[in-house]
Amino acid sequence: MAIEKVLGIETEYGVAGGPDQDPILASSIIVNAYAQQGASRINWDFEGETPDLDARGLPGLTSFAPIVETHLANTVLSNGARLYVDHAHPEYSSPECRTPLEATLYDVAGEEVLRRALSAANASLDDADAITLYKNNSDGKGNSYGTHENYLVSRHVDFAEVVRAMVPHFVSRQVVVGAGKVGAETDDASSHSPAFQLSQRAEFFEEVVGLETTLKRPIINTRDEPHSDAERFRRLHVIIGDANMSQFATFVKLGSTALLLAVLEDRGASVFPPPPRYPVRAVRHFALDPTLQAVEVGDDGVAYSAWDLQDALWHLAQDYVATSGASAVAPEAEVAEILTQWREMLDGVRVDPASVADRVDWAAKERILRGYQERHDLRATDARLRAIDLQYHDLRPERSLSSRVGLRRIVEPAQVRQAVHNPPRSTRAFFRGRCVERFPDEIVAANWDSLVFDLGDGPLQRVPMMDPLRGTAALTENLLETSTSAADLLRALDG
Amino acid sequence: MSIDTTKGEQLKADLDDLLDEIDEVLEENAEEFVRNYVQKGGE
Repeated sequence: MAIEKVLGIETEYGVAGGPDQDPILASSIIVNAYAQQGASRINWDFEGETPDLDARGLPGLTSFAPIVETHLANTVLSNGARLYVDHAHPEYSSPECRTPLEATLYDVAGEEVLRRALSAANASLDDADAITLYKNNSDGKGNSYGTHENYLVSRHVDFAEVVRAMVPHFVSRQVVVGAGKVGAETDDASSHSPAFQLSQRAEFFEEVVGLETTLKRPIINTRDEPHSDAERFRRLHVIIGDANMSQFATFVKLGSTALLLAVLEDRGASVFPPPPRYPVRAVRHFALDPTLQAVEVGDDGVAYSAWDLQDALWHLAQDYVATSGASAVAPEAEVAEILTQWREMLDGVRVDPASVADRVDWAAKERILRGYQERHDLRATDARLRAIDLQYHDLRPERSLSSRVGLRRIVEPAQVRQAVHNPPRSTRAFFRGRCVERFPDEIVAANWDSLVFDLGDGPLQRVPMMDPLRGTAALTENLLETSTSAADLLRALDG
Repeated sequence: MSIDTTKGEQLKADLDDLLDEIDEVLEENAEEFVRNYVQKGGE
């Protein structure tokens, strides 16, 4: 049986400007600005993650002290998310969610968190030091940073099966959910002089399987850090996605991938279409061809386009839903919506990408790039086209282009405002978020699978949360509401 | 005029409006804006 697909997205935002143009300092200012709004001052606990670091040894989050290393600004939000400085970027890791739609909501809430952080930070800075933020994955100069999806997968599935089943999807899904990019950055892609690519990330992938995320990036990442009971669960860490501005693209990216993982758990890898014989070449080749005609030879000797692979995967998912219902992924209506949107976007990009420019990021971006280029009679290398690409992902409301191109919403602004403060009710993120809100003075550290309380009159008490599907509102809301203090809560949990 | 033509013209008018707006919000010095956007790696 497929296990329930707990999922979420981590996004490293591009950051520019700030005092001395220092991206680490700018990222810290962003995270601190949000934490100081009263959202949270609780440190992240690296126990089980980076064993040589302990959150209690870290400086407080209340001052703009000189930054000498990363991993300083690091906090847990009342919506269950983590907001911190990763390398030289502010990163928002969404709380664990139970369905693709919910995970989309919390990804969009992350944009709002960063927008508020940006506004608060810039209010305290001179105009010359103003910071800008971008939800994208590359600077156009060969530097890429990640948008990583995470999916709960049964430990019973052999990892080789995950690779066999999922490579076809990960090399081809860019035709529907790629964010698009002007030009190329790596030597290999640049040798083709593309005016436009489907994906921000595709050209940066160099291996099929591996542990790395910054060098020799693999299509399938093998990091085995489940942040949960390792005997039952894997966390599939997907590093090959683009950051999407289109909510529908995020929804279909998560929904299609979650459905295919459920198919894998229930039916095995043999029902999947064949992976390309050369997956790295395939993912790059597909990205270089917005006409979607490029083909790559599969393991079976037959040539497939990315569109062909997506079509086969869609039919596989549809058949699975028709027979099993796919309740592991989402309620029936949401599963139906995943299939509908995935199909419409897939058919749209083939017939006329502009027809789905209200949902497909690369199509929306290509439409305005082409229009702008024709209007001003620009060369393909004109900086204004690169500026359009960058501003498509710009978080400043006055500069954002994605908010102007007519993208449809799948979550309402009122829901997003709720999700900025409140955790999803469906996973352990509920318990984390509510505890952070109720007992900020007693929680000294938090991470994905535990909370550490300091009641002041004894040893620190760690509350483990090894099952992502416990700690939900259904299981803990009553307990949290009736506990008048952290001590009360811990006594009740013990009892 | 066929429905398709009407729809096509509407889409073109929409795009024209959008391009007007892009002219307004695009960074004045695109060259410098793009050149200054340099990121350190992440992940």
